[in-house]
This record gives sequence, C-alpha cells and structure tokens, in this order.
Amino acid sequence: MHPIRKQRLQIILLVLLFATLAAGLIIYVLGQNANFFYTPSQIKNDEYRKGSTLRVGGMVVEDSIKRFDETLAVEFTLTDGNAFIAVVFDGILPDLFAENEAAIATGVIKDSGELIASQVLAKHDENYTPPELTETMDYLKSTNYKNK
Amino acid sequence: MIAEIGQISLILALCTCVLMLVTPILYTQFQNGIWLRLSRPLAINHLLLILTSFICLTVCFLIDDFSVRYVAQNSNTLLPLVYKVSAVWGAHEGSLLLWMLVLGGWTAGVAFLGSKISAKFRSHMLSVLAIISLGFLLFLIFTSNPFERILPIAPEEGGDLNPLLQDFGLIIHPPLLYMGYVGLAVPFAFAIAVLISGTMEKEYIAWCRPWINIAWAFLTAGITLGSWWAYYELGWGGWWFWDPVENASLMPWLIATALMHSSSVTEKKGTIVTWTILLSIAAFSLSLLGTFLVRSGVLTSVHAFATDPERGVFLLVMLALFVGGSLFLFAFKGHKLASNQNANGWTRELLLVINNMLLVSMTIIVLIGTLYPLVSDILNLGKISVGPPYFDFFFVPTTVALAIFMGMSASSRWSTSNLSESMKRVILPLVICLISSIFVVFAIEAFSRNYSFSWSALITFIAVLWIFLTLIEDIHLKLRTKMVGVIKNKSFLGMTVAHCGLAILILGVGLSSAYSTQEDLRMKPGSSTYISGYRFNFRELNEIEGPNYSASQGVFDIYVGDNLRGSVAPEKRRYFSGRDVMTEAGIRTNLLKDIYISLGEPINNNEWSVRLYVKPMVRFIWIGGFLIAVGGIIASFNRRKS
Repeated sequence: MHPIRKQRLQIILLVLLFATLAAGLIIYVLGQNANFFYTPSQIKNDEYRKGSTLRVGGMVVEDSIKRFDETLAVEFTLTDGNAFIAVVFDGILPDLFAENEAAIATGVIKDSGELIASQVLAKHDENYTPPELTETMDYLKSTNYKNK
Repeated sequence: MIAEIGQISLILALCTCVLMLVTPILYTQFQNGIWLRLSRPLAINHLLLILTSFICLTVCFLIDDFSVRYVAQNSNTLLPLVYKVSAVWGAHEGSLLLWMLVLGGWTAGVAFLGSKISAKFRSHMLSVLAIISLGFLLFLIFTSNPFERILPIAPEEGGDLNPLLQDFGLIIHPPLLYMGYVGLAVPFAFAIAVLISGTMEKEYIAWCRPWINIAWAFLTAGITLGSWWAYYELGWGGWWFWDPVENASLMPWLIATALMHSSSVTEKKGTIVTWTILLSIAAFSLSLLGTFLVRSGVLTSVHAFATDPERGVFLLVMLALFVGGSLFLFAFKGHKLASNQNANGWTRELLLVINNMLLVSMTIIVLIGTLYPLVSDILNLGKISVGPPYFDFFFVPTTVALAIFMGMSASSRWSTSNLSESMKRVILPLVICLISSIFVVFAIEAFSRNYSFSWSALITFIAVLWIFLTLIEDIHLKLRTKMVGVIKNKSFLGMTVAHCGLAILILGVGLSSAYSTQEDLRMKPGSSTYISGYRFNFRELNEIEGPNYSASQGVFDIYVGDNLRGSVAPEKRRYFSGRDVMTEAGIRTNLLKDIYISLGEPINNNEWSVRLYVKPMVRFIWIGGFLIAVGGIIASFNRRKS
C-alpha cells in the first residue's frame, strides 16, 4: 500500500477506535446517571428499576406531612390518585412545598416500600408545575381528587 | 397608541430586512453599485426601527398600560421603577424583542465597521444577517407579539414580574448574554459569505477575529453573571446546576472558544480554514438551538410543546433551515477552501487543534446530556433526567487536559516543531508545580483543623500552578530574548489575562468543591451551632416589609471564639401579588471565604430549618470568569500590521 494511504488508514482506524470508546463511555455514564421518573402507581405495580436512584412524583396528600423531633426529617405521602407512596426526607423542603400541591422526590426505594429521598422538588413559582407532573395534576384536578 | 407605533415599527423593520436581503441579488442582476451602497442606510434604518419598537414597549411598562397583555402579565403598579424597565425583557415576548435589538445593533456594526472588507462581501454578510432578522421578526410578530392588546376591557392591575427576576443580576444578565449569543451571528454570516465567495482572504479573517472575541467576551460575562445570580438568588448555594437552560448557553460558549483558537491559526498560518468556517457555523447553530430549547417550551414539557406547537414548530423549522442550509452550502463549497500546508510535529498549531478537539468533545457531551431526556420522552422510552454526576465525570478530566495543553502551548512555537526544546522549557515549571502543590495541600491539612486531605484540591493546585508557571516562564523567556514587542501586543496580553482567568476559575471551582462545608439544621432564635471553626448564633427573627413583599428575616451573628466577625440577615420573602415565596440568602464574604446562610421554612412556632455553608474560594469562580471576558476584550483591540 502507498505509504500516505497507509498512514491515512491508520489515522482513520485510530479515530474510529477512539470514537467508539468515547461513545461507549458516554452511553455507560449516561445510563448510570439517568434517573427515571415514575408515578406511585408504577411503583406499586413494581414497574421500576429496583435498587437504582429514581424520581417519583405526585400530589402531596393532605394531613400526611409528619415531622420528627430534633432533626429536619420529614415524612409525607405522594399520590397520583390510584396509589400512594411514603417518602422520608432529611433536609430542607422547597419554598412552595405544600399539601395538595405537586412534588417530586428523588431517591432510592427501600424494601419496606418507602422512598428515602435525597432531594425534593416542588414548583418553583406560582404558575409552574414540574413538567413530569402536568398529566398527574390535570388528572387529579379533573377527578376533583380529595383524600379517601 | 404607543403600542401601535411599536407594532408598526416592527413591521417596517421586517420590510427593511427584505430589502437588505435582496440588495446583493439586485447588484448581481444590474451590476449597479448603488445597490451595494444601499445596504448601510438599510442596516441603520433596521436598527432604528427595532429600537423605536423597544422604546415603545418600555414606555408601555413605565406608564402601566395594562391593556397591553404582555405588560399586564409581567408588571404591576407596585413594581419598583428599575424593575419595570428590566421587566421589558423579563418574559418570552420582550426577551425576543431584546434579541432583535441586539441583532440590529450587531448588523449596523458590521455595516459601518466593515471598511476592510469589500462592499460586495459586506453586502453578502448583511444579507445573511437580514435573513436571520427576518426569521425572528416573523416569529415575533406572528407567534409572540409583545404589543398584543387585551380588548375591550383592560385589567385594573397587572400580574407580577417573577420575584426571582426582581434583582440587579437579572437587569443586566439577559442583555450581556444576548450580546454574546446573537454576536455569534456575525462569524456565522462571515462564514456564509466566505463560502459564497469561495475564497478566504487573510485580511478578512483578521477582520473577523475581533468580532468573534467580543461576542465571546459578552457570552462569557453573561454566563458568569448568570452563575453568580443563581448562587445568591436561588438560595441553594450552588453556582452551576447543569440545568438545560445553562447548558444551552454553555454549548455555544465552548464552540466559540474553540473558534477563537482555530481562527488564530487560520489568520497566522492560513491553515484549517474549513474547520474555522465549520466552527463559525456550529457556534451560531448552537446559539439557535439554545434559543429553541429555552423559547419553545420544549424544556417545560415535550407535551406542552405538542399541545401548543406554534412557537416550537416555528423555531424548529427556522433552526432546521439555518443549520441545514448552511451545512448544505458548506458541503458543496467547503472543499474549495481546503489548504494544503501541513505542519507536522510538536507545533503550536497542533496544540491548538488538540484544544479544539477537547472543546468540541465537551460540547458533544453537554449536547447529549441535554437532548437525551427530550429524545427519550419523545420516543416514549421513559421520562428521565440526567444528573450532574454525568457532566462532572467528563468535565473534570477534559478540563485538566485543557489546562495541561494550555501550559504546553505557551512553550511551543508556530510552525517549527521542536519537541526537545519545549520539553526542556517545561521541566522547571513542572517540578515547581508538583512540589509546591503537594506541599500546599499537606500544609492545609496540617495547619487547619477544618480541612482534610483532598485529591481534588491537589489536582486543582497542580493544574492552576502549571498554567501560571508556564505563562511566567514564557514571559520570562520573551523578556530575556528581547521579544518585548510580543508582550506589548494586545493579543498576547489578552490571551495571558484570559488564561490567568481560567486558572483562577479552576482554582475557585476545585477548592470550593473540595473544602466546602454544608449543614442543614433546625434552629430557633437564641440557639447556636459550630461549623468549620465558626460559631453561628441565631440572634433574632424579625418581620419586615419591602416595597412589594413582606418577609421573615433571621439575624445570625458569626463568631470565631468569642470575637464577633459579623452578621448576616437572610430573608424569606412573600410577594403580595400571587403567592410566590422567595429565599433571599444572607452572605458574608471576604473574597477568600463565603459564609452563606439561607432560611428554609418555619417548622413550628419558633423553630426554622436553616442552611449554613462555609465556602472557601467560591468568589474566584466569578472573578476568573470576568477576567476571561476582559481578556477577550483586550485581545480584540490588537492592532494588526496591514
């Protein structure tokens, strides 16, 4: 083979190899850090990736917020109208976190079925609902959902 | 009436754009120079019309004309005057009008500061800018009209400007950012004009470089300011969240950074011309992508996008036309620009190409991380969010690599490969940097009770010292070999300032993440807590009144031992209009260390959840960012030999 062509071929192969490695690494790291969103119903029906960090969203059930003494730990229940999930969170709740409002908890589900949250998000201003929750909140509003 | 004047001005600006667009075509048709001479008055007319429209909207805000829907939605009579002005660009419609105003300004700039390029080339550039302006004016008038009236009955009182935006940072953040975003349209128009003409003159790229530098400097300043604003205004103490909106501004910045470096090679050596052209197209395409992501509503929800497709689809079509059209042109004409000069070996060109590869890789990583959740949702593969660890995983090593090659480029030369000389030059900086970094990190561990050994701090010190020491070595060598002329060169000075800025930025990022302490806890007035060598005493809780809000204000005294070092007063504000609640952090800084306190929520009658941070070196992030921007400005004043 002509030496210039040979050199070009080597460069192309090297670039391909590097690109493949990089793409593989990106896909792997992306997979490790992509947090899936689920509704409480999906969790109840076991339709989620066990053991990984995930996000669960719904409406905060009325009278479900319980505080612990001494620490910041707080417990509340999220619902999508069909199922419930208990969330335990040790930290500062966002400003607009409230009963009968939308919230998303990120964390890991324990064997007991509780979500141990590392982060809780609520709407960040009056006219905004977290995008994942628009459907759930519209559904709850349309059924005029109240505590059963 | 005022709103109608604004409206008509916009329509007239649209007509001006059409004229500006066709002047080169008419020139080619009739070969009459008058068509080329027309482009200047048209450009200034375009700017004045948009400015008129912008002033009209501002006046509508100042006189509380709530019959204009946009004003009614984003302002009220209680809003302080300065925020009434900044509310003009506080939401979608007005923000696009600002976008247009900035584009008008850049276009007029090209028209009047383009004496070094031929009239024909300039008219081609203006024609491209006019197409962009045309697209956005159509978008503004048909989907996002800021002058739309609420008729027949106007509301008595308006809504409110989002309280998060009622802040000094938000007054100047969007204009700065847009100056950068939209300024990248100039190199884009340049690239298209070069592709049309089929040749790249050396003087032309020399003419274009200051435009790239200035747009890039504004973008840098805008992003830095946004990060600073997020830090003190959002109350979470973070300065970068890998939020899609932030990523949308970071991508064009990374590519524009690559473009600055590649264009220096193209000017000096006449090589990598096609690559520079491609980067110019990519930088503005990513600006457009950012505008699409932020302005289409697609980030709020792809479903919202599907139910109200007007804006999103319009922007998407425009994005496809601009990116597709320019890449199509590039595919057909780009090869004509290819240069055959190949420099081999350890040259500065090679190092700058490596810099470009790293920056482009970083952009691709951000692009994938930003678009993957959207694609996944559209394809019904699940709703996901990509967390910061993904970005951190890739950005830490690539940034370190950038720093290493930055140091090496200081000791390399244009064209001539001299690896052994380069290596000899970097040995001393390398040795000093390794030894002193290790020494400093262990000294911090030994002498401070609050900080333990940290690998990230060690890597940070090595990277930062490496950049500084190689710069010093280079300046020292230039002084010794009487190359003082090079040092006095604005281009060299600008580069040095910007590289020092990056080193300072890395120092801030690395050390603040290595040595920060955060504590969330319950406190009541009168109670104290110890963090990182400080005692925080929650002295009292007051109820205070602002112009358009009421607030709970906590007063915290900070002690070292028994000495009072200062007090901060974080607030929890409740705005009268709407039910918005805002956390206003209390921050005490002495440049080297920030103490950051924000109020969480009342837990019971007298206890509050409180967030306390001690963040060393965090200020360096923004100081570094602004130095980078200053470097870009300095470099753009470089006088070139003609």
